Amino acid sequence: MSTSTLPEPASATGAPSVALQGRHTGDRVFKSLLTATAWAVPILMLFLVIELWTGSRLAIDQFGLGFITGSTWDPVAEEFGALPLIFGTLLSSLLALLIAVPLSLGVAIYLTEFAPRAIRQPIAFIIELLAAIPSVVYGLWGIFVLIPLLKQYIFPFLRENFGFLPIFQGPIYGPSMLSASIILAIMVMPFIMSVAREVLLAVPSSQREAALALGATRWEAVMSAILPYARSGIIGAIILGLGRALGETMAVTMLIGNRNEIAASLFAPGYTMAAVIANEFSEAATDIHFASLSYVALLLFLITVAVNASARLLLWQMARKGKAS
Amino acid sequence: MNRRIFRRWVSNFMVGLMLVAVIVAVAPLLFILLNLIVKGASSLSLDFFTRMPVPAGETGGGVAHAIVGTLIIVGLASCFGLPIGIGAGIFCAEYPGTRLAKATRFIADVMNGTPSIVVGVFAWTLIVARQKHFSALAGACALAMLMIPMVMRTTEELIKLVPHSLREAALALGYPRWRTSLSIILRTALPGIVTGSLLAVARTAGETAPLLFTALGSQFMSFHINEPMAALPLTVFTYATGPYEEWHRYAWATALVLILVVTVLSIAARLATRQRLSGRG
Repeated sequence: MSTSTLPEPASATGAPSVALQGRHTGDRVFKSLLTATAWAVPILMLFLVIELWTGSRLAIDQFGLGFITGSTWDPVAEEFGALPLIFGTLLSSLLALLIAVPLSLGVAIYLTEFAPRAIRQPIAFIIELLAAIPSVVYGLWGIFVLIPLLKQYIFPFLRENFGFLPIFQGPIYGPSMLSASIILAIMVMPFIMSVAREVLLAVPSSQREAALALGATRWEAVMSAILPYARSGIIGAIILGLGRALGETMAVTMLIGNRNEIAASLFAPGYTMAAVIANEFSEAATDIHFASLSYVALLLFLITVAVNASARLLLWQMARKGKAS
Repeated sequence: MNRRIFRRWVSNFMVGLMLVAVIVAVAPLLFILLNLIVKGASSLSLDFFTRMPVPAGETGGGVAHAIVGTLIIVGLASCFGLPIGIGAGIFCAEYPGTRLAKATRFIADVMNGTPSIVVGVFAWTLIVARQKHFSALAGACALAMLMIPMVMRTTEELIKLVPHSLREAALALGYPRWRTSLSIILRTALPGIVTGSLLAVARTAGETAPLLFTALGSQFMSFHINEPMAALPLTVFTYATGPYEEWHRYAWATALVLILVVTVLSIAARLATRQRLSGRG
C-alpha cells in the first residue's frame, strides 16, 4: 500500500503536504516509527485478552458459566465460584455511587454557579488533590482512622435509628461492606466532580441568562436550564466514576473484611473480585486456583469494558438526540 | 407574593445544602493530610530515608530500599511507557482520519478503563509465569501499560491545540513533514506533554495493585531488575496490614514519603508548564 492512499489530516491543508509526502526518507522513517507505536496499543490489548483467556482456560473448561453463579470459593477442595465476589464488587460500587453522586454534583454545581469567584479555584484544586492520593494511602487511613470512627459513632447510630431495615442489622465489625463503600465514595468523588464541573462550565451562559430573565430563581435556573443541557455529560461522569469504583483494589481490600459470603447486612464483611485477586494471587498453589483467579480477572475486565462501552453508547446517543432536536 | 418568597427560600436552602456538600467533600482530604502529617512526621528522620528496615520488634530502620525500588520501577516503566504513549499520541493527532488512529484511540480508552489489578494479572501471566520468578521488570511493564493511555490522550489533545497556521508556515517554508512535526508542532506542545507525562508518572508511582504479584516487594536493597524489589506503595500495604504497632507507625511514615514523591512530581509538572509560558510571554 502506498502512503499516498492514506487520508491526510485536514489540518495540514492538503496540497503542500501531499506534494511533500514520500519525498523525504525522513518522512517515511518518521511515519513508520509513529505507526509502530500506534500499533503497540492495540497489540498490547490483544495480548492482554489472549493471556487472560489462556490463563483462565483451565477454570473455564472445568466450571464453565457455572463459575458466575457458584458461591463456594474453596482453594483446598479446588472448588471455585465467583457469585459472592461479583455481588460484592457491584454492591460496593453502587453504594459508593449512591454516596458520591449527590455530593460531587452538589460541589460541582456550587463551584460553577454559586461560589464566590475567589474560592472556586482553591476548592477545585483541593479536590483534584484528592484524586492524586494513592489508593493504598486511602486504605491506610481507612484502617486506622475511618473504621474506628465508623465503629464508634456512625454504625451504632445507624443501627439504633434505622435498625428496622435488614441492611442495618447484625453485629458491627470494623471492616465491612459499608466501610469499603464509604472509602470508595471518597475516592471516586473527585473524578465525578471534576468531569461534572467541566461539563457544567461548558453550558453556554445564554442558557442560564434566559432562565433568570424569565424570572426563575437561581436554583430553578440550575434545575430547568443548566442540568438538562448538561445531562448527558453528567451521566458520562457518573459512569466514569462507576468504572473506577469497580476496579478499585487496594483500599477495598484493606477495608472490606475479605469474607466470601453474601450478607444482607452492610455491617458484615464482604469480598470483591479485585480484592480476592490481590489477596490470593501471589499465594495460590494449584494451577486451578491460578486459573480461577485469572477467570475472575477476565470477568472483571469484561464488566468494566461493558460499563465503559455503555457509557460511550449513551453519550453518543444523547449527543445525536441533542443534534436532532 | 407568598409563592415568590417560598421559591426564593427553596433556592437559598438548596445553596445551603450544596455548601454542606462542599464541606463534606473537602473534609476527608484535610483529615487525611492532617493524619498523615501528624502520624507520619513523628516517625520521619534522616535515618528513615537512608537506612534499611530492621526485624520486627526492633526500633529504628528506614525504607531506603523501597525508595530506591520505586525510583527504579517507575523509571523503567517511564522508559517503556512514555515513548509508546507519546508516539501513539502524535500518530493520532497527525493522522487523525486513519483507521489505525481511530482503533488506537478507542482501544486506549478501553485500556484506560481496565482495572490496574487486571493489568497486574496480565503482567504475571506474560512475564512472571514464563520466567518462573517475580521481578521488578514485570512490575515496570504493568505500570508502563497503565501510563500509555494517559500519556497518549494528553499528547493528542495538546498537539491538536497547536494552531494550524504554524504547521502551514513551516510547510510553506519547505520543511519536510517530519521536521515540521518534531521541531515546530512538538516543540510548541512540549511543555504540555511534559506536564501530562509527569502527572501520569506521579499517578503510576502510587499504584500498588499491579505490583503485588509482579515486583512482589522485598526487605532488602536490590538493584537487579530481574529480582523481586520493594516499592513504597507495597511497603505501606505490608506495614499497614501487619500485626505490629511499630509497623503501623512505619506505614504512616512511608505513606507520607509516598505522598511527598507524588506531590513533588505533580508540582514539577505544573512548574514545567509555567516556566515555558512565562518564558514565552
